[in-house]
Amino acid sequence: MALGERDPVTGYLTTGHEWNGIKELNTPVPRIVYVFLSLTTTFGLIYWLLMPALPLGTTYTKGLLGYDERRVVERAVAHAEAERAPWHEVLDRQDFASFAADPAAMQEIREAGRLLFGQNCAACHGIHATGNTGFPNLAAGALNWGDRPEVLQQTIRVGVNSDHPESRTAQMPAFGQDGILSRPEVDAVIAYVHDLSRDGTAVSALAHPAGARIFAAQCAACHGADARGKADVGAPNLTDTTWLYGGDLQTIFQTVWYGRQGHMPSWEARLGARNVKLLAAYVADLRTRQP
Amino acid sequence: MDVISNLTMDERRRALLILLVMALVGLTFAAAGHGDPIAVHGALVLVLSLALAFPVMGHLYDPEPSIERFNAYYDDPSKVGVILTFVWAAFAMFVGDWVAWLMVEPTWTTGSAWSSFGRLRPVHTTGVIFGFGGNGLIATSFYVMQRTCRVRLPDQLSPWFVLIGYNLFCILAVTGYLLGITQSKEYAEPEWYADLWLVIVWVTYFVLYMRTLARREEPHIYVANWYYMAFILVVAMLHIVNNLAVPVSFLSAKSHSLFSGVQDALTEWWYGHNAVAFFLTAGFLGMMYYYLPIRAGRPIFSYRLSIISFWGITFMYMWVGSHHLHHTALPQWVQTLGMTFSLVLLVPSWGSAANALLTLNGAWHKVRDDATLRFMMIAAVFYGLTTFEGSFMAIRSVNALSHYTDWTVGHVHAGALGWVAMITFGALYASIPWLWKRERMYSPALVEVHFWLALSGTAVYVFALWNAGIIQGLMWRTYTENGNLAYTFLDSVVAMRPYYIARALGGLLYLLGALAGCLNLYLTIRFAAPATEAASRKPLRDGLDDAATQPAE
Repeated sequence: MALGERDPVTGYLTTGHEWNGIKELNTPVPRIVYVFLSLTTTFGLIYWLLMPALPLGTTYTKGLLGYDERRVVERAVAHAEAERAPWHEVLDRQDFASFAADPAAMQEIREAGRLLFGQNCAACHGIHATGNTGFPNLAAGALNWGDRPEVLQQTIRVGVNSDHPESRTAQMPAFGQDGILSRPEVDAVIAYVHDLSRDGTAVSALAHPAGARIFAAQCAACHGADARGKADVGAPNLTDTTWLYGGDLQTIFQTVWYGRQGHMPSWEARLGARNVKLLAAYVADLRTRQP
Repeated sequence: MDVISNLTMDERRRALLILLVMALVGLTFAAAGHGDPIAVHGALVLVLSLALAFPVMGHLYDPEPSIERFNAYYDDPSKVGVILTFVWAAFAMFVGDWVAWLMVEPTWTTGSAWSSFGRLRPVHTTGVIFGFGGNGLIATSFYVMQRTCRVRLPDQLSPWFVLIGYNLFCILAVTGYLLGITQSKEYAEPEWYADLWLVIVWVTYFVLYMRTLARREEPHIYVANWYYMAFILVVAMLHIVNNLAVPVSFLSAKSHSLFSGVQDALTEWWYGHNAVAFFLTAGFLGMMYYYLPIRAGRPIFSYRLSIISFWGITFMYMWVGSHHLHHTALPQWVQTLGMTFSLVLLVPSWGSAANALLTLNGAWHKVRDDATLRFMMIAAVFYGLTTFEGSFMAIRSVNALSHYTDWTVGHVHAGALGWVAMITFGALYASIPWLWKRERMYSPALVEVHFWLALSGTAVYVFALWNAGIIQGLMWRTYTENGNLAYTFLDSVVAMRPYYIARALGGLLYLLGALAGCLNLYLTIRFAAPATEAASRKPLRDGLDDAATQPAE
């Protein structure tokens, strides 16, 4: 290669080529480049010897260390299972009443339950379980299906209006849309329902006699003649201050006119019986701790 | 419409033919694809082709351009490419900062489907990588290959076909996402018809480059051209293989990939990481190897180092894609290969960065005084930082912490903001006065402002996401004494808020810098003083041409 002039700054020769004013020095490759190239390549070759590395048609070189990530994970999972077996035993065998009496169990339930709840339930019910419109507040207030731990366990296991064969089902009919009630009838009954939580059934019935009559004919079957709801069919108490969708006239109108079909997934397949039980205990505990 | 009159009559006729064929294809999709979003794209192609066809028809019988044109380089496509680069930068960086704010406050959308995060995010990534980066590469490659081959482009039509065709691809991609058209492959979201169109454009680009090289007047091929060639050739290969798919019908925007499952994931990341390698690295190294030595007025530090770095990068990158799939269903031996090659890759990467920085020896006073050169210097520094970080994150045990966290996003932006965009802005600020034959940029102070906005924006962004990513990674693997995870995923989301705010602010600084660049481009074209004859250097034909006006500042 013909060499060009000497660069005054570095003292190196140029290669003798020039492109639109650009020249190149013929500087040798710094030794450190070869050093690092050898080091990294050597590391790579040794790593190939030790670890799974090269394809051999239907199989691959397993490496001298015999390291198999799948087996490592399986062993770690088995180890964790063994370590937690006594606790799982407690969880499976005891009932909710004995959990409450066992501070060690309660601490574990609060810790693991918070995590399970945060990963699975918080998306709808909120990270503090305080709910959102259409998703009940689990930490305080009444629950449509009841709040005993066994009931919570069943709700979590099968869900509400879910595809689980034993799913809890509840349908608030679309009284207006489906022509069950006329517009004046709907207006009358929502006025009655709206005042229930403030005035109680007797006073509200005096103010809205037509609404009270319609309520007795159409709504009492599920919500009860006293409008206090029926937990066995998931019909909410209308005389308290807990509202799933909202207690203002406009929202009650929406509910009565178009109906409501809330949905909660079944968690049995995803979480397994033990974790469902744990979550039920966690939510029940959460409710006792709220003011 | 000088640009059209400067085409030969033959080129004008061919341009019109191409545009009419495109209009016809667009009309077919628009008319027959009713009910399918492909009809919208058909209509778009129809309108854009006709919008170009009418001015071509108006000038179809203009006289042949002067023979004098052969005495100058053909720079019109580069000029338009430079403007498009800035337009895409402003648009795509704006969308980027928007989606960054959506991570802070998810309600800051219009509520319509098009403005959901999932649709805007690929608009940002495609806009910056392909819109901004791709136009920068095309514009500078036309410029560099003519100068370093000392030959004019072989014809005047194919560079326009490449530039306009490529931007049509980008527009189809970006509008497609907003319409909900995607094949759901990261950085390869456009559907089959846009992909086919890009193949045609890209092969034309490759042929154009080969023809220019074949006609070169210089005995040797300059290293910048090796990198540009690697960029064009390998991107064609990656694009074709990763996008192999069967459309549901020829009038439907939907297609199904040839690959599925873990094979699809590996093909995708072989593509994805080599897009980083050959689009975002090789192409921009080509840019760096031309503009940095010219601006510094220094010879390249070592020709030999450029050779081994080039072949090291070209060979090694091909293997490393699987490091995106550590600890997944991908067999471990494939992960081993990805990791070990990633480690060796650091050496040629640092070789290139060192070659750039050592070239500046004897010109550091210029780095201090000249923001344009400082853009290129900082780009080389970030190139070194990012490639080190990349090799580090490719180690399986490190990746176990960093994978799926915002550290990855921070790493990408260290490369994209710090390396790719900085070298592009440096190269553009060098090219603009040369292309428009100006003494210098209208406002060197504004270049300085842009530099500091870009550097501070990058630093804020990258530091925020380093912290965010490492905190996320640690939160996801922290256990309590009882063996329960200590944090829920939502806990880690809540913990990210301050870092997401910082990231969005960093992005805002970067966007403001790019807008300052747009303003400076406009002012330079409109108002900057023309270059003096004395400042000209190295014309195509001695004494006749001033196209290569390059003030040696």
